[in-house]
Amino acid sequence: MPTAVDTPVPDRTLPRPPSAGAGRSATRAITRRTHPLWFLAPAFAILLVFFFLPTLFNFIYAFTDWSGFKAAINPVGFDNFTDLASNGTLFRALRITIVYAVLVAVFQNLFGFLLAVLLERDTRLNRLARVFFLIPVLMSALAVGYVFQALLKPDGGLNALIGTVLSRPFDYGWLADNTWTIVVVALIHSWKWMGLSMLIYLAGLKTIPDDVIEAARIDGATRWRTFWAIRSPLLAPAVTFNVATALLGSMNGFDIVQATTGGGPARTTEILNIFIYRTFGQGLFAQATTMSLILFLLVALMAFPVIHLLRKREEVLS
Amino acid sequence: MNASPNGLSDARIWTRLQPVVATALVAALIGIPLWLVVATAGKSQSEAIKPDLSPPTDWRLLENLTQIWTDAKVPAAFLGSLLILVPTVAGVLVCGSMAAWVLARRATRFTAFLYAIAISGIVLPPAVVTVVLLLRQLGLAGTAVGMIGVYMGIYLSTVVFFVTGFVRTIPVSLEEAARIDGAGPLLVFRRVVLPLLRPVLATATILICLYVWNDVFYAFFVVGGRLDTLPLNLFRVASAGLYLNNWHLIFAYVILMSLPLIVVFAVAQRKIISGITSGAVK
Repeated sequence: MPTAVDTPVPDRTLPRPPSAGAGRSATRAITRRTHPLWFLAPAFAILLVFFFLPTLFNFIYAFTDWSGFKAAINPVGFDNFTDLASNGTLFRALRITIVYAVLVAVFQNLFGFLLAVLLERDTRLNRLARVFFLIPVLMSALAVGYVFQALLKPDGGLNALIGTVLSRPFDYGWLADNTWTIVVVALIHSWKWMGLSMLIYLAGLKTIPDDVIEAARIDGATRWRTFWAIRSPLLAPAVTFNVATALLGSMNGFDIVQATTGGGPARTTEILNIFIYRTFGQGLFAQATTMSLILFLLVALMAFPVIHLLRKREEVLS
Repeated sequence: MNASPNGLSDARIWTRLQPVVATALVAALIGIPLWLVVATAGKSQSEAIKPDLSPPTDWRLLENLTQIWTDAKVPAAFLGSLLILVPTVAGVLVCGSMAAWVLARRATRFTAFLYAIAISGIVLPPAVVTVVLLLRQLGLAGTAVGMIGVYMGIYLSTVVFFVTGFVRTIPVSLEEAARIDGAGPLLVFRRVVLPLLRPVLATATILICLYVWNDVFYAFFVVGGRLDTLPLNLFRVASAGLYLNNWHLIFAYVILMSLPLIVVFAVAQRKIISGITSGAVK
């Protein structure tokens, strides 16, 4: 077998066994031919045109006065940002989005985890119950929003149920409270996705072989201790996945909030995407773009540390 | 702590109690909302104005379903959804797995960089506003092609992420055997690699169908008002003054729209569950 860097390797030659010390570049020459880079071309062309180019445009048009009312687009510097910041919209929308994302991440993981522990054994009933908890995952978020809008109306089903239990009329406006509605909407979001978190946690719980648990039990460990000392560390990858997807999914959320409150009451649930949707509909394209850029920066800034932190914890535990 | 007698009885109580707790939770958390949908969709308009949990005095579910089917032009929206879903899924699977195969097999710093770029879309939110401008410049504004392109741009990252991880678990020797017989990369990919990817492609298909079928946000920006999809249509129906508070029709629509996914899920439930979970924890 040739070892020189530039010696052409005939197609039919067997690749060098990995034990051979020299010739990493020879294997590279082979992979260059057997796994050609042009295979990447279609995917990267689409990513470039439909994902990265619009993102680049975000960084340009956020600094213009692009709108639906006139044809010309002129640069205006940081005006959009200062406008949004000075009337308080920017920080308010940011705060609401972050609060919403954190609430969803906490609730969705808590519910998903509890369900996974509850339905862990593979009985027929548990399997059926898991399927039921996956129905909301399959439903459109918009539909889920409408269901809860109907259920949580002051004269809706939930208040009627509570009224029956308390045996006095109950008419709390779940979706009309300036303070608590954001929590209610986050709970609805978590309800929709808790089935998926449950599945991921179930898979995490299953990665540990039964004989290890049995061994621990024979050694005298209680169920509680077995759980915390042996099984919970093995859940780390599932936690990473679930927390990251819940955080990012809710920061990018729209449908559930739009279908339940539309951003209200008094714009207390107006997360960034609702703002973008509203201003875009009003023809204020530059403002919508500015918020879109802010969402991008927020997610980018939050995502990488979160993923890094959770990954690091995984390494420590394993 | 002297746990053995205590722990054992705890365990026994829990084994007894667990089915009761599980059933009660399903009934309360899933049963009530689902019942609300079905019961309201079965009511007459006057009865459904106040959507509560009472059963309809007489069931008119079928009438409501047919009414919304014709009134809201559901068949057109259904076709619109399919027209966008099928090419999107086929496109991301082919392009994504081609890229993922090469990215998984070529272990250089450059390909690692390309991989990071390719999967960054999982995390980063798409630029919904400027994508409209770009599509206008490309002459694709409001078209199905534009929408398919946007969805592919958003979900390619997911496919590349899932498939790359999977390719790394396939031994290279399988490809080498074909190569010795003189097969070029395209043939190796099509005949050897692609069939092996079936489980992971099934997972990716399910996830992307779920996202695209139910998406209303991106569709609103790209094709809103020009091309109807089911969620866009539902959004319009529910927000239109004509239908405001017509809960029986809204929920009939919810049933129509969710049914295809629920049927697919019921048929392939076990495969779907194992598919979704295997991608995430490993």
